[in-house]
Amino acid sequence: MPKIFINEKPIKVDDGITVLQACEIAGIEIPRFCYHERLSIAGNCRMCLVEMENSLKPVASCAMPVAEGMKIKTNTKMVEKARKGVMEFLLINHPLDCPICDQGGECDLQDQAMAYGKGFSRFVEKKRAVKDKHLGPLIKTHMTRCIHCTRCVRFSEEVAGNSQLGTIGRGEDTEITSYLEKTIDSELSGNVIDLCPVGALTSKPYAFVARPWELKKTNSIDVFDAVGSNIRLDSKGDKILRVLPRINEDINEEWISDKTRFAYDGLNHQRIDRFYVRDSNGDIQESSEETVLKLLKSKFSETDKKKIFSFCGNLVDCESIFSFKSFLKKINSNNFDCRQDNSFFIPKKRSSYLFNSTISGIDDSDLCVIVGSDLRKEAPIIGARLRKKSLEKDNNYPVIRIGYKYDLSINTIELGNSYSSILNLQKNMYKKLISKAKKPLFIIGQGPLCSPEGEEIFNYILSIHNSLVKDVSWNGFNILQNYSGRVGALDLEFYNNKTTKRNNIKDIYNGNYKVLYLFDADEIDFSKIPEDTFVIYHGHHGDKAVSRADVIIPMPCFTEKEGIYVNLEGRVQISRQIKMPISDVEHSWEFFNKLLIEMGIERDYNSLQELRNLMFNQYPNLMKINECKSEKMFKVRSVKRSFSKNDILSNISNFYMTDSVSRNSPTMSSCSLEINNNI
Amino acid sequence: MSTSKFKIIAEEQSQPLTFNFSSENLTKAKKIIKMYPSNFKESSIMPLLSIAQAQNHGWLPKKAIEYVSNFIEVPEIKVLEIATFYSMYNLSPVGKFHIEVCTTTPCMLRGSDPMLDLCKKKFGLEIGGITEDGLFSLGRVECLGACVNAPVVKINENYYEDLDSESLNKLLDGLKMNKKVKIGPQSKRKGSEPVK
Repeated sequence: MPKIFINEKPIKVDDGITVLQACEIAGIEIPRFCYHERLSIAGNCRMCLVEMENSLKPVASCAMPVAEGMKIKTNTKMVEKARKGVMEFLLINHPLDCPICDQGGECDLQDQAMAYGKGFSRFVEKKRAVKDKHLGPLIKTHMTRCIHCTRCVRFSEEVAGNSQLGTIGRGEDTEITSYLEKTIDSELSGNVIDLCPVGALTSKPYAFVARPWELKKTNSIDVFDAVGSNIRLDSKGDKILRVLPRINEDINEEWISDKTRFAYDGLNHQRIDRFYVRDSNGDIQESSEETVLKLLKSKFSETDKKKIFSFCGNLVDCESIFSFKSFLKKINSNNFDCRQDNSFFIPKKRSSYLFNSTISGIDDSDLCVIVGSDLRKEAPIIGARLRKKSLEKDNNYPVIRIGYKYDLSINTIELGNSYSSILNLQKNMYKKLISKAKKPLFIIGQGPLCSPEGEEIFNYILSIHNSLVKDVSWNGFNILQNYSGRVGALDLEFYNNKTTKRNNIKDIYNGNYKVLYLFDADEIDFSKIPEDTFVIYHGHHGDKAVSRADVIIPMPCFTEKEGIYVNLEGRVQISRQIKMPISDVEHSWEFFNKLLIEMGIERDYNSLQELRNLMFNQYPNLMKINECKSEKMFKVRSVKRSFSKNDILSNISNFYMTDSVSRNSPTMSSCSLEINNNI
Repeated sequence: MSTSKFKIIAEEQSQPLTFNFSSENLTKAKKIIKMYPSNFKESSIMPLLSIAQAQNHGWLPKKAIEYVSNFIEVPEIKVLEIATFYSMYNLSPVGKFHIEVCTTTPCMLRGSDPMLDLCKKKFGLEIGGITEDGLFSLGRVECLGACVNAPVVKINENYYEDLDSESLNKLLDGLKMNKKVKIGPQSKRKGSEPVK
């Protein structure tokens, strides 16, 4: 550990860090534009200049590694003058348009010009103007403001991995652009907006909407995929205006996917805010709560309980699922499930549906096998994490992929597209490679698990995993869930133990059930539901289900209530309430209570607190917020060794539209039009 | 100095529809790729672009950039970055004889401005222009590194040095008539030997 002196104060720091990092440890602020902790060092903005003893010129602290006995000064005349000079150069071509710039108020250049700049300009010549670039429906550009820090270029190359941004030209004519202004085709592209230290890259949907100081900030979590990224929701009045990432090293580091960032505008469209009932002509008519309660009471009492089936949706929070489940138990209905895709899992065994290694566990692993999972579409954050791992220095990290090919920007070993190619894992050359691994990582996607061969694949991969792993503390058998509500629902045992292996959806299509209760669930094919099935839809968006539903009951969406979600690792997190429910819609537990009163059945709870206490009593896991309980792997008994020649497909074909909210988001639909057509 | 017009990507109508290396260039390109380790494929962008430019009459169409990027499996933008950074790659059509007049200080002191004016007047060209018959195009460049023989003009890959109005005029006439011209110093000097 070298000892260095910063402003004459001695400090011991780790070997290999830079002077800038050492100053940060010592609590001294160094201004910077191009330096970013998670990107490579560029050293081109020169804002971080400090004085170093025995050096005639100031040095760029971001690119200078610490050395024994180094004497750094950050508070001298020389440093002050250097900063002022750099600032003056940076501002030569930067327009003075802060009043109309979206970055205003949270701009690094603005702040640092205030703190370290001269306060006036000596530049009287003409400023440079740069044509704005088209980078797609998400990123708005104002390239005259660009100071060429190249953070965005490094991000697209190093983190997103698709290298679509670059600097063209040289000297004064340098410009940042994509090749011929092609739309950026990346699921993480929105992060360049946060990275940009000036207002050159800003959010298109948020353009000219609000100023940062008038926004109410709420720390929450993302529900658009199962990763559970930590986010900050910025709202004004009762509208969410933007979504920003929060740093959580265990989950999303500081990136979020484009769906997380931009799908929020779907919350203001196509909302269900009142009751509807389909009349005898087949038209949906507005109705009242009393009518619906009476109708449901008669339906539930006249139908045989075995003929009622309930689905809970993919984005539902634990409290709502629990209230729905306890309602169904009260009316003695036992046919319910949370898996509209019929994906395979083993009841009451948490490790059979979790990402057991945890996301940060990717960093500890030494081999990765991806089985039929499109990480770019299903969990871009995990894809980026895996990419980061595979690019680590002097690290030979083999990534083996079975199934559908897509561009992950990682060097992968391809074993084939079909289910039978899983058997290649046992072939000599691959077996050798795999058997070296002490901490292997197996990621199984929902595509293969939802297929009829799901169980066999599960067992086969698990047997390989168990044969490799000798260390009891390591569990690298990972299921990649696609939906934020799924793990919570499985934790709450929202399934019928006896029918988990049955194809419930087929039964519904075959008309085995007379009443179908869809609790925010609309991922099934509604055209196949028989005409005499009575469909109840309880949800927040007028999406697919509405065209078929006989009764429509409104519920608040996830930003209108506080709810517990469990992410794919099994980590319990809380999603916060931003605003009151639209049109004072009742919470689902309130509605179920009313229905119980109508039916003359006793209630278990009368408030959200009572509901939670009841839930925590039965499922104490959910009480431990932000904790992730690790699970041990179990043994497999029988393993089948033959698979079909069918292709493995991912469950998600369109990243931008996976649920009722993102399907109704104008931003997401323009993305899927512009970006998916581009591919 | 603002960007040369030849560095601006050409309009759609002058862009060729396809670009492929000729078989001769293909073998050359494959040889070049072998010179670099597989994890430094980007290193071969520059020589490959040179080959492509030579094959396509001295300029690089979009298709050539895409072809090179495909050829070594490097993102297109990486190739474009290099093609726009270095002044010797042209991105829009140039004449059969691409005249580049050096105007950096030593050449300027030795009279590069009259050389530039002569070229302009002779062909009725502005900087960045190209004659109607497509024979000559005119550009201005920074130091060509031959200051000892200033003023210097570079036409395609050859240097013409120690110029004055008379010798440049004669040189350009010679090129126009498709005559063989003397490369290097146009005075009696040999190479950069001391002036007697």
